[in-house]
Amino acid sequence: MEIVYVYTKKRNEFGRQCNFSDRSAELHVDILPDPSLAVNFIERDPCDVPIQCTQEMSEHEVNTERFESDTRGINHVEGGWPKDVNPHEMEQTIRFRKKVEKDENYISTVMQLGNNMEHCIKQNNAIDIYREYFEEEEVVEESEVQPSAKTINVFRDPNEVKRTASSLSWHPDGSRKLAVAYSSLEFQKVSKDMSLNSYIWDIENPNKPEMTLKPVSPLVCLEYNPKDCHILVGGSYNGQIAYWDTRKGSQPVEMSTIEHSHRDPVYRVIWLQSKTGTDTFSASTDGQVLWWDIRKMSEPTERLILDPNKKGNLDNALGAISLEFETTMPTKFMVGTEQGLVVSCNRKAKTPAEKIVCMYSGHHGPIYALQRNPFFPKNFLTVADWTARIWSEDIKESSIMWTKYHTAYLSDGSWSPVRPSVFFTIKMDGTLDVWDFLFKQNDPTLSVKVCDEALNSLRVQDNGHFLACGSQLGTVTLLEISSGLCTLQKNEKALATAMFERETKREKILEARHREMRLKERSRSEQSKEEDTKEGDGEESPEELITRIEKDFYEIVEAELKKRDKGEEKKVRLILNSFTGLRVVRGSLRVVKGSSKIVKGFTNKGGGPDSTL
Amino acid sequence: MAEVEETLKRIQTHKGVIGTIVVNAEGIPIRTTLDNSTTVQYAGLLHQLTMKARSTVRDIDPQNDLTFLRIRSKKHEIMVAPDKEYMLIVIQNPSE
Repeated sequence: MEIVYVYTKKRNEFGRQCNFSDRSAELHVDILPDPSLAVNFIERDPCDVPIQCTQEMSEHEVNTERFESDTRGINHVEGGWPKDVNPHEMEQTIRFRKKVEKDENYISTVMQLGNNMEHCIKQNNAIDIYREYFEEEEVVEESEVQPSAKTINVFRDPNEVKRTASSLSWHPDGSRKLAVAYSSLEFQKVSKDMSLNSYIWDIENPNKPEMTLKPVSPLVCLEYNPKDCHILVGGSYNGQIAYWDTRKGSQPVEMSTIEHSHRDPVYRVIWLQSKTGTDTFSASTDGQVLWWDIRKMSEPTERLILDPNKKGNLDNALGAISLEFETTMPTKFMVGTEQGLVVSCNRKAKTPAEKIVCMYSGHHGPIYALQRNPFFPKNFLTVADWTARIWSEDIKESSIMWTKYHTAYLSDGSWSPVRPSVFFTIKMDGTLDVWDFLFKQNDPTLSVKVCDEALNSLRVQDNGHFLACGSQLGTVTLLEISSGLCTLQKNEKALATAMFERETKREKILEARHREMRLKERSRSEQSKEEDTKEGDGEESPEELITRIEKDFYEIVEAELKKRDKGEEKKVRLILNSFTGLRVVRGSLRVVKGSSKIVKGFTNKGGGPDSTL
Repeated sequence: MAEVEETLKRIQTHKGVIGTIVVNAEGIPIRTTLDNSTTVQYAGLLHQLTMKARSTVRDIDPQNDLTFLRIRSKKHEIMVAPDKEYMLIVIQNPSE
């Protein structure tokens, strides 16, 4: 439907100005709603209408004309003289200056500024702040890191019945593998279910051992051949020695014959330095040290019986628990015994009597670990009973350094292969102690509780960074030592040398004194012997004996006290060699021939070197 | 007047002092111990620098103000004590 409204204008009215006038409204068109059209549409219900209630804003952009600014300095040739002063005329400038100088403001300002300035000038003259004052002092880089040991991995005995991890050996090439010997060292605790196997673990995989070694009897000790990384030799509980080749499987390649082996468990087996690389020697508590060539295991190549009387009598022999062999000294070796003695032997001696060179005593119990210091082979470490001791080869009477008596038994120990002053010890209460005697001598530098059960064996890896310790329940823990304890400090060798020398010297001096005293006493007692025979009194009555002993004793005590005042001594060792053989050793009195109870009463009083003496 | 003379003289006679300049706000050297051209150069340049330094200090903290300016160079040290109307400049060769 079209709605049209026509506007008309006469032609002659074109161009005329517009005259506006009001007119009432006129209805031109009225369009009524047509319901029929609603059919074309659908009602929408609901209606979605967005509404926004905000301020209406509009955005505009304006570009102004560019305003460029530039910073320039002006170099004055002449200052900003006021207009009336001609800068080139001297007179005028001088006059101006004089005028300014008379200004009060000027005076006060200059005074004030002058004071400030003087202070700074004097400062400059007093000290040169840019001079290098401390060029001699080097920056000492001290690692403030606390020594620590972190457990990396734990290897558990896969068998149900747990056995002690009695020995550990690192793979010689790169130390990626660890051979662990499992056995039960407790008396008669071997049960039928107990497995005989020992394992080789890959340190990355603690879940399953890499290889199993199946001996006839549980292995007490196990060692990798340092020359050939596939060969291992093990000493077993029944006294036999066996060797394995890891390329050939779990069964031993060869075992020594029972008749010629040890009669007791083999506690230690070490590879020797030889051209063939097949020599080993083993030690056991039956008192024998046997040498073997693994190519011929039917019979040992050599035999040594640890008889202190040098007679080769097996009944007197000392039981050997640990062995020590240093490749730099191939003819000498040391044996640590159950009785607490360290026997130093020479392999090349002609007769068995000469084989045993000397013995070091000082421990109260079996010596579980014996090792020379890799940097100072003359000094060696022994770990036994409740202490660890450091000895010097030359001093046979006592150790040069020792730790205090601990509450738990020490079961193994080892020097650090990288630092001459660091050594490790493990105790029966499950703690690992790291000692650094250049840092602290009375206490361990670091003490870590590795596990709740007793620790039995310890082995440090060749780089000194890792160590493995085996426990009574067969758990082997791999620990990482903080770098401070395994990097060589500057001057460490020199300091360690100085310390060893000092302690050795001290012991030597004490030994010399000791000998002197002994000689004196002997000569005195000989004199008194002569006197007695001259008198011909015969047997003295016990009371007279007692009084005489008393007198002797007190005399010697007085003499010692006087001497003590003169010099400083840490230990007092007296030997009184009198008739009844009163002997004072290390401050404890023991009556050898046992006379009367009253004399024994002195035993209790003279307890330690510091008390009565 | 006499004190001013005395002060300036004292400053000049300190160890290492090469020259002393008193400049006013317009850059006119009132008192100087150096030759004119050097003086004028120092005055002009240091004035600008002092202004800049002062504005820096005040920009950082409006309550603050510049009290002293020291420039240490390889050859000597230039010390500027600024004020509202005048400026005291001293060139010293420090103890080295």
